[in-house]
Amino acid sequence: MEKKPIITIENLHKSFGDNCVLDGFNMQLYEGENLVIMGKSGSGKSVMIKCLIGLEEPDSGTITVMGKNINQLEQAELDELRTEIGFLFQGSALYDSMSVRENLEFPLRRHTKKFGIIKDTTPMVMEALENVGLAHAIDLMPSELSGGMKRRIALARTLILQPKIILYDEPTTGLDPITSKEIILLMMSIQKKYNTSSIIITHDVDCARVIANRMILLIDSINYAEGTFETLSASEDPKIKAFFK
Amino acid sequence: MENDSKVVTSFKNFLIEIGELSYFTARFFKELFNPPFEFKEFWRQCYNMGNRSLLLVSVTGFIIGLVFTLQSRPTLEEFGAVSWMPSMVSISIIREIGPIITALICAGRIGSGIGAELGSMRVTEQIDAMEVSGTNPYKYLVVTRILATTVMLPILVFFGDAIAIFGSAMVENIKGNVSFLLYFNNVFDSLQFSDVIPTTFKTFFFGFAIGLVGCYKGYNCKKGTAGVGLAANSAVVYTSMLLFIIDFIAVFVTNIFYS
Repeated sequence: MEKKPIITIENLHKSFGDNCVLDGFNMQLYEGENLVIMGKSGSGKSVMIKCLIGLEEPDSGTITVMGKNINQLEQAELDELRTEIGFLFQGSALYDSMSVRENLEFPLRRHTKKFGIIKDTTPMVMEALENVGLAHAIDLMPSELSGGMKRRIALARTLILQPKIILYDEPTTGLDPITSKEIILLMMSIQKKYNTSSIIITHDVDCARVIANRMILLIDSINYAEGTFETLSASEDPKIKAFFK
Repeated sequence: MENDSKVVTSFKNFLIEIGELSYFTARFFKELFNPPFEFKEFWRQCYNMGNRSLLLVSVTGFIIGLVFTLQSRPTLEEFGAVSWMPSMVSISIIREIGPIITALICAGRIGSGIGAELGSMRVTEQIDAMEVSGTNPYKYLVVTRILATTVMLPILVFFGDAIAIFGSAMVENIKGNVSFLLYFNNVFDSLQFSDVIPTTFKTFFFGFAIGLVGCYKGYNCKKGTAGVGLAANSAVVYTSMLLFIIDFIAVFVTNIFYS
């Protein structure tokens, strides 16, 4: 049976002034798949996933998420669709003024359509924290957490809305190799447990090797090459080879 | 030639900034009346801004009242007009000195705080994270803060004025043997609604300007820590300028109205 695409991007263009970042980018993400997107710094990977979730407006092109063209959605419809998409930011983006518990409660209290009005959020918060192995950090403030812990808490905050799709923006950047490995294993266990589909933006070849079902290389503002880690790493194209050296 | 093009570019940038600030203001009024309303965050901001500025406003108000009376006393004594002290101090403090000094203090204390807080939230992608989690960050962060400064500033000004007049009464009590009762009787005799009402309206505008500029600078902060510093700094500079412009307009309009 043919797999259904859960996200489709067609002919995406985005420029900032004279700087063309995406020049006809195309992509499909299938259900239950881990898609890794690699590219040089400033090649437009982060811009692409920000367009995908409606944080940036594309100049042209179509983005369809779970059958809905996100550029044609009303704000309320977009907010509802966003409950199905988790986004792990590069710098974790935990709310500084809130404790870990409040960080996790924040999206829960706002999405009453999905979960109804929850009187006691503690069981859901605890479950999300247990998933990332940080139940003991529930009352800590973000400033008291290490880089790896912040990344895990951010992942727990993403998971609490039980999204079908998770977008990871450089999940291992800035972490030591051991913590990076822990985060990668965590991402894989989450994918297995909740059967999520993921787009992972990364520079980390080790991360890509372990987690990718399929890869796209974003070079010269387009999807230059596509395939499994094995096929791309065996390529003789110098532009592709440069990534796997 | 090069200087000319620099002037043109600066003027263009200035006009763009005015346009963006106008759009930001229009968006505030649009979002203000659209549900959901963020009451909890609004009260939290009111408490933070009011409570944390109280000590600063009190100390400044008290010293201004004290110094103002001490400086004016010799001149009034020379003309045998010391009995005018309560009315002179109260009218000048309530009409002008109290509102503008309190607003300038709050521009430094609250405006820069808002600029830095929202700026760092922008730089660390917390505002984006809020948007992704289905919350309108403009409504949650901007509307609540502008509303809180608009509501809290008149209260802080009233409080600061009262403390300043108390400071003045204390000097008169010590130096001139004037009882507090007599001093405050004179103060209330000399004050009229035409002194209090226009100044109260003015302070709402002051509060609005402090919140608006702080939020605008922080919300549109450029990337990097330098951007956060610049947002906090320019929030204070622009707000201070705006306060004097509003003050000038308010006095001008009040004069037309009462003449």
